[in-house]
Parts: sequence; structure tokens; C-alpha cells
Amino acid sequence: MDSVAQRLSAVGANAALELRGVTRLFGALAALTDVTITVRPGERRAVLGSNGAGKTTLFNCITGDFPPSSGTIRFFGEDVTHFPPYERIRRGLRRTYQISALFPGLTVQDNVYLACRGVSRGRFSFLRPGQNDALMHAADNLVQAVHLSAVKDQRVAELAHGQQRQLEIALALAGAPRFILFDEPAAGLSPTERQELIEILTSLPAHIGYIIIEHDMDVALRVVESVTMMHNGRVFKEGLPQEIQSDPEVQELYLGGGHE
Amino acid sequence: MSLAHDAPIAVRPAAGTQRPARTWPEINNPAAWIVAAVLVIMPLIANGFFLIEIFATTLILGIMALSLMFLAGYGGMVSLMQLTIAGFSAYMIAVFGVSGNANISLGWPWWLAVPMALALATAFGTLGGALAVRTEGIYTIMITLAIGAAFYYFTNQNWAIFNGHTGINTVATPHFWGVNWRADIPFYYVVLAVAALCYVAVEYLSRAPFGLALQGVRDNPRRMAALGFNVNAHRVAAYAFASFVAALAGVLQVWNYRQISPGSVSVSACIDVLIIAVVGGITRPIGPFIGALIFVLLRTFALDFLVRLGLDGNRFRLLIGLGFLAIVFWSSDGVIGLWLRWRQHQGRDVSRPGGGHRHG
Repeated sequence: MDSVAQRLSAVGANAALELRGVTRLFGALAALTDVTITVRPGERRAVLGSNGAGKTTLFNCITGDFPPSSGTIRFFGEDVTHFPPYERIRRGLRRTYQISALFPGLTVQDNVYLACRGVSRGRFSFLRPGQNDALMHAADNLVQAVHLSAVKDQRVAELAHGQQRQLEIALALAGAPRFILFDEPAAGLSPTERQELIEILTSLPAHIGYIIIEHDMDVALRVVESVTMMHNGRVFKEGLPQEIQSDPEVQELYLGGGHE
Repeated sequence: MSLAHDAPIAVRPAAGTQRPARTWPEINNPAAWIVAAVLVIMPLIANGFFLIEIFATTLILGIMALSLMFLAGYGGMVSLMQLTIAGFSAYMIAVFGVSGNANISLGWPWWLAVPMALALATAFGTLGGALAVRTEGIYTIMITLAIGAAFYYFTNQNWAIFNGHTGINTVATPHFWGVNWRADIPFYYVVLAVAALCYVAVEYLSRAPFGLALQGVRDNPRRMAALGFNVNAHRVAAYAFASFVAALAGVLQVWNYRQISPGSVSVSACIDVLIIAVVGGITRPIGPFIGALIFVLLRTFALDFLVRLGLDGNRFRLLIGLGFLAIVFWSSDGVIGLWLRWRQHQGRDVSRPGGGHRHG
């Protein structure tokens, strides 16, 4: 499968994700300014910051939902700055959405099946999947992994919020993900569901790295090894979870100066 | 499997393994078998008038509306040019085949003219679709309506190919194996076979990866892109498929009337197809055929009915319009939606304790 070019580019790929000087303007407003971030393969990182710090915009630039105004984005060494989203996804990038972005008219099983189909061949296939369809089995396994087997034939519109959040994660795990962007996966989850989420995240295979945006520090800091702190569209600080947590400047900014 | 997560397997009885949504709902439905049987033995029951003017015409309009149902119901794209594509296909049959206008028609045999017409009409519809997919919602309607209107005026004014407002007359119909395929009974079966084929194809496709992905595009295009799908390519492919279906209907239509003129591709005829699909219901492939039957029955008999009431017979459109309003007002998925809701209402009292209520 691997072409020579792919292998050559992989040689230089000591970063899973490499952003250089990424800026994103909305009219005169700079949502991101000169953001430079490097994440190793398999690294798990949290992006913290108050509302409007540019976290979700950062994700949108990485996935190509909207391209950066300037700067470059490399994914495993390959310059993907001008790739459409689906090309990046096919290369192993995945994301989840802060507000669940599912297919409410389809069943849980079909949602996951589409996710599996999207990163493999036969997206335009006119043939229905048979009994022993490999992707159908992959979808079954994923549904099971996020504890949704009981509702797999229900339409997504009928699911509870927590179940939709779990499905949201299942869609991002389809195929062979190499790097995942989680956008506030714990939003609106109950304490039990949060615990399940932590289990799912910590049990991901070691080669899968991710960036997680999460306001719940209990979740965020338990599932990552490094933290990037953003403020006003810029990278404000990077470090280990403990360093960030105890940094007075961060506390000033992020915790609104509230010293317990 | 990429996910090495070892979730405790939910202890579920194997009840849900049958997955009813994935099989053919019709196979277990006795009503569907009865309808199919009645359609097959129809020539024994109905005279030539009913066979052609009512049932064949219904099926042809139903196929056109089915192509719209596929785009609108599964893809969320309301295209007003489906009749235009059918009309284009009909014109191509007249132009490439044999007709009374010898100076225009090339005189090809039907088995050459038909693939040519289907290919050209599919290409025409796909190109139109490629324009339309750059837009959403009301703008898709506007672009496809503009294509329909432009084609109508073009056929009116072009004499070299489309023979202006007189159109092309006495179009030849196929004769082979000693059968005149435009005779009432053979033609009815040809139409029925094509309609059944299109119906089965759309139903089958709705559960195939292509159709599922199209429904994903309808529900959430942005997420589809984030799952690795090229959303616009999928939409254009949907237009290509729907265009082919509409083109088949166009071939049948020109054989039915043996002529094609700008009147058959007018803007109001384009809108009729939309009305048929919406009245019947755009969530299921059976809807367009029900809508077409209602439309054809009203068009054929409302005239007498209105005259008997002392009204102008040409007001049958008023009845269709009122029916359309009522349907849109009470049921967003047409007659089929009303029926389903009634059935579910019945079923809830008997067997289904709670659940099973439909949205939309």
C-alpha cells in the first residue's frame, strides 16, 4: 500500500500533529493567532482555556472544517493544510463534537456503520452489506465498546443525552484512528457516565494519541500527559498537568482568580 | 478492530439480532403482496382506458416522482428538474429514433435510441445536480426550477432539434418478437416492470452503503465529511442515479403519448411532480406512486365531478391544491404518513405498550 513518497514522509514524521504559526481570522477578529503546537504520536494532551480562547476553532482548523488563514498543519509529516476534511479523516484523524453531531434519522448501528464505511472503500457501494460483512462486525464491536448494544436498533433521535455522547465517541473510533480530537466529551454527563468516559479514554490503544478539550479538570487531568493552555487565541502555556495546575498565572486566568 | 476495549458483553437475549430494518419490509406484509398481485392481473380486470390512462400513466408519473423522492427523502435535496430530465430523455427518443418529423429524427432503431437517450438525460441531470449541490435548501429549489424553466423556453424557441412549440409527433414505438409493445396490454406490462424495478432499486439502495451515506448527508453533511465522506461527490452521484430513474420514465412517457412538446416540460408540470411526491409522502418509495394515483384520478375524474356540481371542470387543480394544502398541513410525510400514524395508533392499543411513536 505505502507509496515511496508516503514512506519518505513518514521518516520525518516524529510528530503526529504539527501546527506552525496557525492563524484564523473571522473578518477582523482573530480567533487564533500564531499557534504553534507539536504533538508526538500516541501523546495525550488537554487543551484548556476559557470560553473564546480558540479551542474549538483550533479543532476546526486541524480537521479542515475551515482552513487556517495562514500557517501550516502537518499530520504525521504530511502537509494537510489545504486538504478537505474527508482527506484528513481518511489519513487517520478523527474528531468528536462539543454538541453531538449525529444522524438522528438513522439507527445507532447505522451511525456507527457509516463511520466505519467512511474510512474504508465502497462508500458508493450499491450492494447491501451481507451477513458476514466485515464492517458490520466492526460496527457491532464498536457499539459494544461504548456500551450501546442494548439500543443499537433504535433511532438516534430517541437516545438519551449520555448515550448520544457515547455514540459520538464511537464514531470517532471507527476504522484505524491514529489521532483523535475530543471536543468536551464529558459535557452534560452524569458522574457515572464520566467514569465510563475515563475508562474508554484510558483504555485506548497506546499508539492512538489525542487532544481533549475539557472543562472538567477531574476528567481532563486524569487522561492526559501534557497540557496546553490557551488564552485569547494564543498558546499561553504548555507543560505537565501538575505544573499547569499549580501555575499561579493559569489559576489567575482559568479559575478566575478563585483561590480555594 | 482498532479498539482494544474489553467491555463486559451485555447479557442480551438474541432478540434484536434479526434486525428487521435491514430486511425487506414488504416480504412480511400481506397488503404488499395483494397490491402486487392485483397489478399483475390488472389487464384481466381493467379495460384499455383504465389500463393506460389511469394505471400506466400513474406508474410513469410515479417513477418521475420516485426520482424526486430519492433525492428529497434520502438526500434532503428538493429538485424541481426531475420532470425536465424525463422530458429531455423523451425528446432524445424522438430525436434519435423514428418520428413523423423526418427532417429532425435520425431514425435510429429503438434499441439504440433508448440507451442514447438514457445516457444523455443522465448526463444532463448529473450536470444540473453538480450545479445544484453547491447550494442548499431554497437555493437548490431555485436552481433546479431555473434549469426546468430554461429548458422549457429553449424547447419552445429551438426549431433545429426540438421543433419549437409544435414539438415532435408520431414518435415510433418498439415492435419486436411479433409484438406491438405499445398495444395496451404489452405496454402496461413494460411500464409495470420498469416501475417495479425502480421501486425495488430505490428500496434496496436505501439500505446499501450509498443510500445510507446519502441519508447521513441529509442529516448532517458536516459530520459526514468528518467521517471521511466526500459530501458533494455523494450528492452528485445521487443526482446521477435519480436522473437515470427520471430518464426511464421519460422514455415510457414518450412511448405512451407518442409525441413530446414543450407543454409536457412546462414549469407547472415540474411542480406537479413535486406535488405528487409530497402528497404521496417523500419518506418511502411507495409514497410517490400513491401520490401519482391520487393525482391521475383527480385529473381524470374531478372534471366530470365538478361539471356535475355546476362548476368549471378545469378547476380540478383547485381540488389538487386543496388536497395538497390539507396534506402538508396535517402530515409532513404525505398520505403514507397519515396511514402509518393511523396504523400505529391501532397497533398501540393492541400489542405495543408504549414506544414506537414516530417523529416528523
